Amino acid sequence: MTDYNFAYLDEQTKRMIRRAILKGLAIPGYQVPFASREMPMPYGWGTGGVQVSAATLTPDDTLKVIDQGADDTTNAVSIRKFFEVTAGVATTENTTEASVIQTRHRIPEAELRDDQILVYQVPIPEPLRFLEPRETETRKMHALEEYGLMHVKLYEDISQHGAIATSYAYPVKVEGRYVMDPSPIPKFDNPKLEMSAIQLFGAGREQRIYALPPYTKVESLDFEDYPFEATKADHACDMCGAENSYLDEVIMDDQGSRMFVCSDTDFCAGRQQAGHLGALAAVNAEDAA
Amino acid sequence: MTPLLKVQNIAKFYGNRIGCRNVNFDLYPGEVMGIVGESGSGKSTLLNCLAGHLVPDDGAVLFDTRTDGLKDTVTMPEPERRMLGRTDWAFVHQHARDGLRMNISAGGNVGERLMAVGARHYGNIRSDAIDWLGRVEINETRIDDHPTAFSGGMQQRLQIARNLVTGPRLVFMDEPTGGLDVSVQARLLDLLRGLVREMGLSAVIVTHDLAVVRLLADRLMVMKDGHVVETGLTDQVLDDPQHAYTQLLVSSVLQV
Repeated sequence: MTDYNFAYLDEQTKRMIRRAILKGLAIPGYQVPFASREMPMPYGWGTGGVQVSAATLTPDDTLKVIDQGADDTTNAVSIRKFFEVTAGVATTENTTEASVIQTRHRIPEAELRDDQILVYQVPIPEPLRFLEPRETETRKMHALEEYGLMHVKLYEDISQHGAIATSYAYPVKVEGRYVMDPSPIPKFDNPKLEMSAIQLFGAGREQRIYALPPYTKVESLDFEDYPFEATKADHACDMCGAENSYLDEVIMDDQGSRMFVCSDTDFCAGRQQAGHLGALAAVNAEDAA
Repeated sequence: MTPLLKVQNIAKFYGNRIGCRNVNFDLYPGEVMGIVGESGSGKSTLLNCLAGHLVPDDGAVLFDTRTDGLKDTVTMPEPERRMLGRTDWAFVHQHARDGLRMNISAGGNVGERLMAVGARHYGNIRSDAIDWLGRVEINETRIDDHPTAFSGGMQQRLQIARNLVTGPRLVFMDEPTGGLDVSVQARLLDLLRGLVREMGLSAVIVTHDLAVVRLLADRLMVMKDGHVVETGLTDQVLDDPQHAYTQLLVSSVLQV
């Protein structure tokens, strides 16, 4: 613990990041540039999220880290360990107990409160990037609110697939002003972006931070005749029986049998403990026994 | 009648070299102005200054806006100028690739300008796109193909459709027939002439091809070394050129 400054980053760096966060909160959806530091992990593994978490954590905080909703995958485990070592903060897998939650590609199923902070890891913060590769031009488009191009992408989806096929990183408009990439969360999570917790987005390689203050209006872009739909697999969780949670599809064998389980492991485990069982939960229990 | 475009004393310098200098003209609604000259004579520089792609070093470009009447586009705020660029103005590039999004379908290319000005109904955007593809003689079945799958002439026609879909009042064209073979050129010119007359468009056409201006332009401006050396009605200039350079230009045309 004494080998590191609290939460790894030096105080000047945290100050710089906090300024960027405050500016981001003041202008919801606006991408604030910041001097991203080298972190002891490769780009693409959450260097942005880790820096935002490091600048946000206090010694009294309880941290939860999830990757695609799960607490026990490589990315989540290693980042949780990182902060256990460098910050010595308490960690948890329980969504309601956490005060800071760092996430990759999911919003927890449990509704977050106004004393919690959700930190996203963002690979590409610029929603217009694949339509307009020039950063100078996309900045100008944000500044002048020229967002027609974003609808061209949705148009292409409908003309090719008959429906808006974009299923993750679905672009949103924040408070009627900035178009924002909500990071690659499934579009099922988009309606949850209007929440009571503070949401911070960190992109380390791209050196951008942006934010959504609590209760900010977030609209998913769509067409009048093709409205936005928050989709999920048409199935109930095979472990806990939940019908309203986002599901992962798991291939079981080479005969093509498959099962659907909640991607949020804490939510699923909590339901199972409360006695909710899905179609394959019994089979699973027998296997274990 | 107020002119649609009033160009006053436009000058653009590249360091010590002159891009264009001392250019003045008025363009009235429904009129087509041709600008000819050899390469390096400042035609494209002038066109880019008029269309707001380059900032002129001197002079004013007054455009008759729908709300405020004549307004200098050089000094107007950028959002306003860019708004003009996607509503009342259109710019047809010499190379269709510069004016099209090559990784987006033909329908998306035509629809982009509609969506940029706020169209949010997929069905309407699509039917407008189909309508416009028809008007530039592209088969409806090609609507979901990418422009990379189109021939050069089709790409150029697609670029024109994409530009005209929002009903602009002023079209800038930079060598619209450059790089196309002659039979395709002829069809494109025919099509352009039809659209210009039918929609009552005003246009500024830059070209080095005298046949193009003979067909399309009402008035003609001849440029050399960044200066305008002769102006007048197209037929008048071409049939009775006064300036030595214009005489050279007219006599250089190959007679087949």
